[in-house]
Amino acid sequence: MAATVKVVRRPEAGKTSYLRATMKGMAVTFKHMIRPSNVTLEYPEERPEISSRWRGTHVMEQHADGRPKCVACGLCPTVCPANCIRLVGGEDDMGNRYPIVYEIDEFRCIFCGMCQEVCPVEAIHVGVHFENAEYTRDRFIYDLDRLMEQDHPSTLLWDPSDPASE
Amino acid sequence: MQPVSPFAFAVFAVVKVGVVFTAILLAVAYMTLAERRVSAFIQDRLGPNRVGPFGLLQPIADGIKNVLKEETMPATANRFFFVLAPALSIIPALVTFAVVPFAAPLPTPWGVVDMIVADVPVGILFILALASLGVYGLFLAGWSSNNKYAFLGGVRSSAQMISYEVALGLSLIPVIFLAGNVTLTEIVWQQQQLGMWFALPLSLAFILFVISSFAETNRLPFDLPEAESELVTGYHTEYSAMKFSMFFIAEYAHILTASALMATLFLGGWSIPFWDGDHMFWYEGALISGFSPMGEPIPASPAWWKTLLTFGAFCVKTSFFVLVFIWVRWTLPRFRYDQVMHLGWKVMLPTALTYVMLVAGTILLLDQMRVGGILFGAALTAVSGAATLTFVFVVDRDRIIGGSARSVPRLKGD
Repeated sequence: MAATVKVVRRPEAGKTSYLRATMKGMAVTFKHMIRPSNVTLEYPEERPEISSRWRGTHVMEQHADGRPKCVACGLCPTVCPANCIRLVGGEDDMGNRYPIVYEIDEFRCIFCGMCQEVCPVEAIHVGVHFENAEYTRDRFIYDLDRLMEQDHPSTLLWDPSDPASE
Repeated sequence: MQPVSPFAFAVFAVVKVGVVFTAILLAVAYMTLAERRVSAFIQDRLGPNRVGPFGLLQPIADGIKNVLKEETMPATANRFFFVLAPALSIIPALVTFAVVPFAAPLPTPWGVVDMIVADVPVGILFILALASLGVYGLFLAGWSSNNKYAFLGGVRSSAQMISYEVALGLSLIPVIFLAGNVTLTEIVWQQQQLGMWFALPLSLAFILFVISSFAETNRLPFDLPEAESELVTGYHTEYSAMKFSMFFIAEYAHILTASALMATLFLGGWSIPFWDGDHMFWYEGALISGFSPMGEPIPASPAWWKTLLTFGAFCVKTSFFVLVFIWVRWTLPRFRYDQVMHLGWKVMLPTALTYVMLVAGTILLLDQMRVGGILFGAALTAVSGAATLTFVFVVDRDRIIGGSARSVPRLKGD
């Protein structure tokens, strides 16, 4: 539904009427009454179509064996403008770096998606998802397990069929 | 077919009071739902559709909510009148319905029962008297609240009601001319006998009655007493819970009664168009369906299915006007106070007076020329049609909604 502007000219004096104009107005409202142009989305039953580039709740990608893909390089907490990512990195016997603590405060997050852009191993993603209501505030700090549990699709930062945005 | 005995009459009267009262309150509850859904459709929304299928249980949810809410009483309010006002506004609205016949007489083993709560001989006068009582409820509510907004609402309502009562009364006079009586049963009968609804031969009276009914029921475009954008909610600003609900019920009961009156006075009441089978009237103690060419009364044959059908016709006509009330409300903006006064005193009153004279003269002329039957109705329809066209196309030219600003001479270049 595109919004349009209709310029209404002021009627000349002596040519206005009330009853006839009322009839005209009632015709307009009657048209809407019998055929409402239904723009309401009945939300819990009907769902909005979200763009695949929507940036919402984060997702942490994982390897097939269930380990997070994150290598604790520290780029995402550095780039994060809202400073909402807390990362404590560790190293295992093989010399592989992994996150000991990885928390994202979804309240502070501004969903800019820079963590996803900067991630060298494509581990952290913003996701196509917006329903993250909780009963308490502390539930909004998502830890590593919770980030890996998220099953919604992760955001495409660009259209793969059109990588240069043409 | 005999009328019922006095004892049976009393029993049936009690039953009718109970049934009609319940039916009105139920209808009012569903009118609030209709208002909300129709307004939603007009504004391209959906309206309340969550409680029950299509939101049909919404009025019950609203009722429970209103009963359970806290009753507030302003510290400076006049306690007695503050409590009295909701009752005073709801009673006239409900009682007026008592004189409206809502179906053809019903035959029972104990005699034929009239489908009207009280067939009082003063019909229209009773309606006019109660219509003027309604203003007391609103004005007392506004005054006793001791709140400036409520008070302004009360003042507006009294000014508006008094102004439009004149036009309301005058627009009913042509109906009385044609029916020759003020009882509503006889008005329905006369429309059946004339073979056309009074809306045709008295079209301008019909328009004036509709307009003044809008003013009398405080509906848009005449809802100045409420005027939520200026006066919070006007006279019932200080009311809460069930007392507020009473004003709400009163408003919708007023609409229902006004719609029933429009249907009865101008659209043939419960009679079904183009069908003679439902013509019934008490004439000298017997139920007749008409007169033979020799002037002999023809006995009527009431039946339960005729009562049911005519009740259906009455409901259809009444709900049409209820829909019009809602429809107009969501079409028109509110008048300014001076526009209301201008319309009431300088347009409606002279028009109604002129029209009364015109109808009286036409009827006198037609009687002198001994014109009767359908020709009489056709002639009156032509005269009234001309008057209506004059009103809509000549009088209503920059004048109807003028207000005080119109009387100021225009500046150059304006």
